[in-house]
Amino acid sequence: MTRKNIYLDNAATTPMDPKVIETISSEMTNDFGNASSQHAFGRKARQVVETARHELAETINAQDKEIIFTSGGSESNNTAIFGTARARKNIGKKIITTKIEHPSVLNPMKRLAKEGYEIVYLDVDKTGHINLDDLKKELTPDAILVSIMAVNNEVGSIMTLKEIGELVKDSNAYFHVDDVQGFGNIEIDVKEMNIDLLSTSAHKVNGPKFLGFLYEKDGLKVSNLLLGGEQEVKRRPGTENVPGIAGFGVAAHELNEMDKKQLQEKYQKFQKIILDALDQKQIDYEVNGSLEGKVSHHVLNLWLKGVNTYSALTNLDLNGYAVSGGSACTAGSLTPSHVLEAMYGEDSPRIAESIRVSFGRFNTENEIKSFAENLVNMCQRLSK
Amino acid sequence: MVDNSKIRVVVGMSGGVDSSVSALLLKQQGFDVVGVFMKNWDDTDDAGVCTATEDYEDVKKVADEIGIPYYSINFEKDYWERVFQYFLDEYKKGRTPNPDVMCNKEIKFKSFLDFAMDLDADYIAMGHYAATKVDENGVVHMMRPKDGNKDQTYFLSQLSQDQLKKVIFPLANLTKPQVREIAIAAGLATAKKKDSTGICFIGERNFRKFLSEFLPAQSGKMVTPDGKVVGEHAGLMYYTIGQRSGLGLGSTKESTDPWFVVGKDLEKNELIVEQGYDSKLLYATSLDASGVSFFTGQPDHDVDLKCTAKFRYRQPDVGVTMHYHAKDNTVHVEFDEPARAVTPGQAIVFYNGEECLGGATIDRAYQNEKQLQLV
Repeated sequence: MTRKNIYLDNAATTPMDPKVIETISSEMTNDFGNASSQHAFGRKARQVVETARHELAETINAQDKEIIFTSGGSESNNTAIFGTARARKNIGKKIITTKIEHPSVLNPMKRLAKEGYEIVYLDVDKTGHINLDDLKKELTPDAILVSIMAVNNEVGSIMTLKEIGELVKDSNAYFHVDDVQGFGNIEIDVKEMNIDLLSTSAHKVNGPKFLGFLYEKDGLKVSNLLLGGEQEVKRRPGTENVPGIAGFGVAAHELNEMDKKQLQEKYQKFQKIILDALDQKQIDYEVNGSLEGKVSHHVLNLWLKGVNTYSALTNLDLNGYAVSGGSACTAGSLTPSHVLEAMYGEDSPRIAESIRVSFGRFNTENEIKSFAENLVNMCQRLSK
Repeated sequence: MVDNSKIRVVVGMSGGVDSSVSALLLKQQGFDVVGVFMKNWDDTDDAGVCTATEDYEDVKKVADEIGIPYYSINFEKDYWERVFQYFLDEYKKGRTPNPDVMCNKEIKFKSFLDFAMDLDADYIAMGHYAATKVDENGVVHMMRPKDGNKDQTYFLSQLSQDQLKKVIFPLANLTKPQVREIAIAAGLATAKKKDSTGICFIGERNFRKFLSEFLPAQSGKMVTPDGKVVGEHAGLMYYTIGQRSGLGLGSTKESTDPWFVVGKDLEKNELIVEQGYDSKLLYATSLDASGVSFFTGQPDHDVDLKCTAKFRYRQPDVGVTMHYHAKDNTVHVEFDEPARAVTPGQAIVFYNGEECLGGATIDRAYQNEKQLQLV
């Protein structure tokens, strides 16, 4: 029973890269200084932070000064949304987003709606993509922000950021991209895509938890979420997590060295192993979202017909395979996926019978084969 | 020692001390134990506080202390459809339902059992005080547990043989104080946790207020058995046969005795009340009950049996003669002595010595052949 568990929930978080661990550990041991201090200890820490900042800016073709360290994706999203809404409310109170965003986007939107903002939630089709014409229609002069994710965390659909950026560029709105799932999996160029604000998280790219950055285009007017000291050029107070940032920098360096296309091909192969295994034993399933086209292959969302999500997750976990389904809420139970509901309707049986498998850089083909075999056995047993 | 490690027991853990100790004992016996928290009711209040969240936190702590994996499963929909709707329907009919009996039958030993089977379980367990015994033919019999004071066979009375075959009652030979001691000795987080009281979905809240949120209350007259109007009632569903408090009636010239609910007239929407605990109208000599369920299966022929019965939880047994009618799966039960406050909607449960035979739902009560006006 005590065999090694296999981790296939990389959209939730990823294991830390050993190089990142080594860097963080060494920083903690050697450079404990406060990056804001004027003495040698402070200067050393500052250097570490700025080196990482440069590495991170390069990943999205930004300038160093456009990178603000935050506590992660949620804070970055909150800052971009509340900060824009507050700073620009005299221009307009309309904000456009989609129905399939992460809760750290949707919940700020709900709050803003209560405060009198008009929130427009764009529909998505069955592949998890918006219709550009819908966006075009909504981009009226009072629209101050468009917030759209780069890659959906549940089905992997890639949004057409370049086309969206073109549209938003010619409007009054800022363009915010929640890139938490895209970061490290697809190429992003904030200049080419006309992105004004972009959120990332370190722990999704084999870095440490509770750390991320917000890219804020130079010259943009966005209010601070937190008030305090003058760190991050007065945009985000709090003493920088120097060791974590150093680790994040190393993770970014790895991303810059990596060929995303090769990575996607590897994940595509993983998908094929699983689907072939299901097909071979004639398991009744469908893929939620799509396998081809504008999709990141690190996510595979499967509708296992006749197999309850709860049962599937619990069985797989008891057998040593970590995947997910829906998002965990209080009392540990699952709330129905708002993403699948937006794609297939609230009454779709998919909502109660789907699981999400998500791959990471460190997964091996053998792990995927072992998982596929277990999945097939489970489906055969449960769908009887 | 027997090797139980290949036998998987899925334990329904509520976050209370009883199910915590059940899980602990099974783990100590070497079973492959999996803990599962059931969320059957959403009681999130305006401040966003939900007792289920706190209970689940306790389950996590205990499971970690014992060293077992834990999960949570949501049966809110099943519970709403199969227990709560029944609960409301019964109240609408002027009856007093027993949701705990239904919860065991439909949720804990159906939805949960199915889920456990999906997890390849051999058995399920919870924190019930009950016992089983297997006879030479492999038939499982339900037995009273050691702790007569906590005996929960009454609530388990609608289980079938198939359901009973899949359950282990680890607390069968323990008393509640012993269970507490075991929990304390093991340092379980729930060792000193207060027992939950009342119907699970109502908890400590005001029962009338709760019910009024779901059923429109229709006030009407409170009358004496001979038709004299003595007051107003707030809605028949709020009153239970034999109940004293909440009538708001004072003494009369004839008597200073308190008033009791002795009957209901659903058609006229009248509550029948009388002075004195021992009102004659509260005493039944026999009853009809339907939906009979015997743990060892339903006989295909009529049966007459001298045995004992409880028609209320925690009540001492009374001597009865049971007449089982196979044709419509009902029983007619004659009491050895007249019995007070037999309530339609409640369960009647039969015992033969230490064995619990099964139960049924009370429909009507009679006083010497004459039907009492209880609904």
